[in-house]
Amino acid sequence: MRAFAGDLPIVLEDASVVAGALTILDRVSLRLAAGAPTALIGPNGAGKTTLLRLAMGLIAPARGKVSWDGSESSSPTRRALMFQRPVMLRRSTAANIRYALAAAGVGRSERAARVSELLALVGLASLGERPARRLSGGEQQRLALARALAKDPAVLFLDEPTASLDPAATKAVEDVIRAVSSRGIKVVLATHDLGQARRLGGDIVLLHRGRVIEVSPAAAFFSNPKTPEARRFVAGELLV
Amino acid sequence: MPENASALQLVLSGDPALYAIVRLSLVVSLSAALFATLIGVPFGALIALNRFPGREAVVVVLNALMGLPPVVVGLAVYLLLSRSGPLGELGILFTPQAMIVAQTILIAPIIAALARQTLEDLWNEYRDELAAMDVGPLGRIATLIWDARFSLVTALLAGFGRAAAEVGAVIIVGGNIDGFTRTMTTAIALETSKGDLPLAIGLGMVLLAIVILVNALAWGTRSIGQRVAG
Ligand SMILES: Nc1ncnc2c1ncn2[C@@H]1O[C@H](COP(=O)(O)OP(=O)(O)OP(=O)(O)O)[C@@H](O)[C@H]1O
Ligand SMILES: [Mg+2]
Repeated sequence: MRAFAGDLPIVLEDASVVAGALTILDRVSLRLAAGAPTALIGPNGAGKTTLLRLAMGLIAPARGKVSWDGSESSSPTRRALMFQRPVMLRRSTAANIRYALAAAGVGRSERAARVSELLALVGLASLGERPARRLSGGEQQRLALARALAKDPAVLFLDEPTASLDPAATKAVEDVIRAVSSRGIKVVLATHDLGQARRLGGDIVLLHRGRVIEVSPAAAFFSNPKTPEARRFVAGELLV
Repeated sequence: MPENASALQLVLSGDPALYAIVRLSLVVSLSAALFATLIGVPFGALIALNRFPGREAVVVVLNALMGLPPVVVGLAVYLLLSRSGPLGELGILFTPQAMIVAQTILIAPIIAALARQTLEDLWNEYRDELAAMDVGPLGRIATLIWDARFSLVTALLAGFGRAAAEVGAVIIVGGNIDGFTRTMTTAIALETSKGDLPLAIGLGMVLLAIVILVNALAWGTRSIGQRVAG
């Protein structure tokens, strides 16, 4: 098991994020603790990406607070985030991973082996030398996952990790997520795929208009939603 | 056109006087491009990656300085280096060193402004990823400069092209001394006014060839960059 000190639990207390006059996250309180993955769901613009960035420590709350294992300032050395629209460095696929390894402080001698391992893990073993920006959307998404894993994080944030993947790649990525999770890494993922949330989620967090509407264990959330919003969302109705 | 024929002869026969002038021009302008890059790229990176009060004004001024008139730079450097000037003690007025200083000042803003733009665009793309990877300030700058290296070489070539083609600054601080500070451009100006057209035309042909070569290099750098970086 890895040492969790410094990252978990991540506690948001009445945390708000604003942009100008717009409140993107509205007094969100949430506790992300070690254990099964947490799935963030909610309609477009609900604030899922913003919540991930906040919990990662990339943005600061305008009001309220965020703490990592009790500390309000914590650099993301053991947390990794795979962005919804990942940016490929202007290098080869392998070099992108090599860069992430170097940034995570992995020694030069270990890097080559880890690069091949990570490429194989996300099914890109044959594309190592291709410029990363030439990869297809789905391939870029998988490279972004490998890059996030390069850090060997304690917490892994995934923003719609399978949004542009074909069914086979989706299954492969879900398998990776399960494997990662079973190694004790806390996974927090935003997804529009309710099936995925059900398959992977230990807990489900429903966000709507910047607020946390409901937090429940996955089974309970889908079989017996507590809030009317959750009932409508699960039934596939539009939340307005 | 007999002048043209003999100009071509001068070039093709490797006339020593002509090639001494070409060599000096290249040494001066390449040195200036190198120094201007060493100053301009870090300066551009500093502005690209930092937010501070007055930043917009600095960017506007920097962009404006790209069009610095060479004679004005020449005059300023002349005043600086003349015997009674603040740096008169150095005694480098009317030497190639003075010409390098003047051209460095002339093109450093060009390279800094182009580097600023390039690095800032890349920074906007990379910012979140590098923050998520917890890359420190020096690592960020190194990453941006490395990943933008092909564009930065193009900026260096633009600076070199401008230096090689200017006449105003070098003629003021160099003095156009035969065999010592005479460059292609100052020689062309002088020889034309004296009526020695073959040398002027020969030098003009070499200068044009250099400008074309520089642009070809810039083009090549771009396409290599696209192939490597995608
Ligand atoms: N920097 C910003 N400035 C202004 N508005 C912003 C900013 N960032 C996010 N928003 C707005 O905040 C809302 C929440 O954005 P966010 O990206 O967190 O949503 P999301 O739940 O991830 O949506 P999606 O499912 O479409 O990815 C959106 O309406 C978005 O337009
Ligand atoms: Mg989002």
